[in-house]
Amino acid sequence: MEHIELFFKSIFIDNMVFATFLGMCSYLAVSKKVSTAVGLGAAVIFVLAITVPLNWLLDQYILQEGALAWLGEEYASYDLSFLSFIMFIATIATMVQLVEIVVEKFSPSLYNSLGIFLPLIAVNCAILGGSLFMQSREIATLGLAFNYGVSSGIGWFLAILAIAAIREKIRYSNVPGPLRGLGITFIITGLMAIGFMSFGGMLTGGDEEAKEETTAQVETVQEDIKEELANNDNTLKENE
Amino acid sequence: MAKDSRLILDPLGDDNPITIQVLGICSALAITAELKASIVMTISVLFVMGAGNVVISLIRNIIPSKIRIIVQLTVVAALVIIVDQVLKAYSYQLSKELGAFIGLIITNCIIMGRFEAFALANGPWRSFLDGIGNALGYGLILIIVGFFRELLGSGTLLGFPVLGDPIAKTGLYSIGYENNGFMLLAPMALIVVGIIIWVQRSRNPALIEDN
Repeated sequence: MEHIELFFKSIFIDNMVFATFLGMCSYLAVSKKVSTAVGLGAAVIFVLAITVPLNWLLDQYILQEGALAWLGEEYASYDLSFLSFIMFIATIATMVQLVEIVVEKFSPSLYNSLGIFLPLIAVNCAILGGSLFMQSREIATLGLAFNYGVSSGIGWFLAILAIAAIREKIRYSNVPGPLRGLGITFIITGLMAIGFMSFGGMLTGGDEEAKEETTAQVETVQEDIKEELANNDNTLKENE
Repeated sequence: MAKDSRLILDPLGDDNPITIQVLGICSALAITAELKASIVMTISVLFVMGAGNVVISLIRNIIPSKIRIIVQLTVVAALVIIVDQVLKAYSYQLSKELGAFIGLIITNCIIMGRFEAFALANGPWRSFLDGIGNALGYGLILIIVGFFRELLGSGTLLGFPVLGDPIAKTGLYSIGYENNGFMLLAPMALIVVGIIIWVQRSRNPALIEDN
């Protein structure tokens, strides 16, 4: 259940592009054609699926406060979390390089479709953002971290696919001169983000109702208590 | 000398990193719901850009070109850690609000973009000017967006109420004005930047893209 919830939440509600603006640069630059957008999107899913769990391990066993306890008691008080930026980015850069080499060796066809995008990805904010949000949202287990990486990748993929398709069509429309290209892309993305906001209630809807009920109950209980107190007061006065 | 001043002035206008070069959009949008956060972000980027450009330009002849991306990332990451620690020490509340976005300065494309395009080919002083210029151009857009979003969204500037009190119905609110809470949400940032691009390109038709 936890997994399913995180999966849909990262794709629709906390969509990387529409809710947190991660990876906007490549999102705007590479979304002119659907085919290249698909290539970059696939590469992002792939790299996120590898780097987020890796960085989760780094965070849990090296960087967090007290994470070094497995080395021995004298290390238990170390807090290396200030190093997380440099560790995360180093992991990402090396992983991207490694993935490039491995893919080139074992699957030339995949390399041909992903290859040119891999170097772009090392500096894509979506990848580092994935790791940093994983850290700040305190994802609990390795499985959830993997899930988070894959599903945020899918969310990003969906976003770039949609904007690329719209941009291919909008070429035939009569857009006002100064808005052409970048300007209209921004405004369309804004409108798409408004659309994605409607997913916001998808998972929390039930919970909010339940909470309202409980607060209502609390209020009625409080009122009951007040009435009782008032009654008690009255009886006391009568006794006097 | 005239050429040096162009390094600072161009990015403020016709070569703006956000609206023309399309670099560094992510953080420009995410943290501009408040003017204060925009200003802090501008200062942070100003420091990282200026110092980073100088460092890269000083070591540009000894970086092997194959691993230059990793070297650049390391330099930026080190500078960003300094910014992060300073913010945590002196303005903890704000550093909590900005959260992961301070870390994301590392992958802010504007920084890598200027390293690649300028600092690797020019001397330290010119690189420094280029870094400052681009960071200022970036900050200009951030502050414009932050100004409008905070003013229209919550009726305050830097936290001070400027349009009157919405609860006591003073100032503009007495004649029926309401805050547009929508301005504080993510999508409006995109639309505000879209409008800035529109205005800028209407004023300078040379910048208009052909389809």
